[in-house]
Amino acid sequence: MLHIPCPYCGPRDETEFHYGSEAHVAYPENSANLTDEEWAKFVFIRSNPKGWMAERWVHSAGCRRWFNVWRNTINHEFGPSYKPFTQQPKSPA
Amino acid sequence: MATTTRRRTVELPDHPDFLWVADQKPKKSYDVIIIGAGGHGLATAYYLAKNHGITNVAVIEKGWLAGGNMGRNTTIIRSNYLWDESAGIYDHSLKLWENLEEEVGYEMFFSQRGVMTLAHSVSDVRSKQRNFYANHVNAVDSVWLTPNEIKEIAPIVNISEDIRYPVMGATFQPRGGIAKHDWVAWGYAKAAADMGVDIIQNCEVTGFKIVDGKVQGIKTTQGDIAANKVGMVAAGHTSVLSKMAGFDVPLQSRPLQALVSELNEQVLDTVIMSGAVHVYVSQAHKGELVMGAGTDSYNSYAQRGGFHVIEHQLAAACELFPIFERAHMLRTWGGIVDIAPDASPIIGLTPVENLFINSGWGTGGFKATPGSGWVMAATIASGEPDALAKPYALDRFISGHLIDEHGAAGVAH
Repeated sequence: MLHIPCPYCGPRDETEFHYGSEAHVAYPENSANLTDEEWAKFVFIRSNPKGWMAERWVHSAGCRRWFNVWRNTINHEFGPSYKPFTQQPKSPA
Repeated sequence: MATTTRRRTVELPDHPDFLWVADQKPKKSYDVIIIGAGGHGLATAYYLAKNHGITNVAVIEKGWLAGGNMGRNTTIIRSNYLWDESAGIYDHSLKLWENLEEEVGYEMFFSQRGVMTLAHSVSDVRSKQRNFYANHVNAVDSVWLTPNEIKEIAPIVNISEDIRYPVMGATFQPRGGIAKHDWVAWGYAKAAADMGVDIIQNCEVTGFKIVDGKVQGIKTTQGDIAANKVGMVAAGHTSVLSKMAGFDVPLQSRPLQALVSELNEQVLDTVIMSGAVHVYVSQAHKGELVMGAGTDSYNSYAQRGGFHVIEHQLAAACELFPIFERAHMLRTWGGIVDIAPDASPIIGLTPVENLFINSGWGTGGFKATPGSGWVMAATIASGEPDALAKPYALDRFISGHLIDEHGAAGVAH
């Protein structure tokens, strides 16, 4: 089980959290003018990296707040976690 | 390779070292290169040779043959899917399974013991019955079972109304079943190698040679290899490969775990699945209970997942099958599955000319091994999508023509 570093509460068991997938996927500007290809990219394409990934979790059974964290998808090692709308720390890689 | 002194018996197949050239080195060039020596990649190579006469083929594998999801799945075979496109490809696959051992000339322990899918709530019953009627329309065999009929087929199922997830009915596909996954891979590998296909293990792809939007070959840890056509059949690593080739795929790689018990007396001679409580179980020929859990929630390439997923699965299994409470589970493991937004595969052409994709089989690819190889071989040979593969094109995420088996199949796919 992952031990996830909530930036509000500290490290807690994975079962207290829900996953929110890749972080920093912004809703497109000028959405009325997007082509079908651009919509497909926003709706369906995520980076799915092998290595460090910035992702979102929500501490559902704790503080109930969303946050972002770096995690390595090769070995599940965590990097820094950070609150939304704050400066993203550099990738640990 | 060193020879083994193990005595051969009539029950066991030839040792895999003797089935193909184990230390095959790549030639300078091939007509077709298949990336990934799992079931789908080997089946693709086999049907390229068998159906299309294309034998100057290499199957490239970064690890060992069938060491990925082909050796990690729970071997369930069925074709009772909801949508017409799914019925098309999965039932074609099941028809191929029904003659596969004779055709390939290799024992695979294919056993049509039936697959039962349980329903646990009123809405579950309605959605399963919808599935059952859809199967009839598509001429896929399917039976609706009441709890008492379930009990007749599988006496160990707890049909009490006083449990957390009461069993309210089930769909049953008598033609479904299981096969021995390693032997399926070995059978395809042997038959393909006999027709001239090179199987090259310990050879990781590190890049593509693409000139003017057209693939010319691949770069690997064993050197550059030229090819007229390349097929990517790499499951959980498809995103990594497509990045090298310069295009995006809508796939997420997640761990999917399975587990196996010690050898027990035979208590279950069918396959039982429950999407609602994330249990699927069969009993292998030697007596192990083979069970699958749900996917872990997060992206990963680590081939392992959290124990709480196993715990959740076993809690449900023990309630549904009280006799399992005394079984000892021996091993758990994980594989990395590539899941598309609609939980259906992606098969066909890519933005790079002569580079083909076969991926997105997610949590349910084993059953499709023959059909997947069949349509991929036809697609590569002709350069046009095979009729059964056509709905599964990469551009369906732009057109919106999704094949939404997520809702239809739940997690147990």
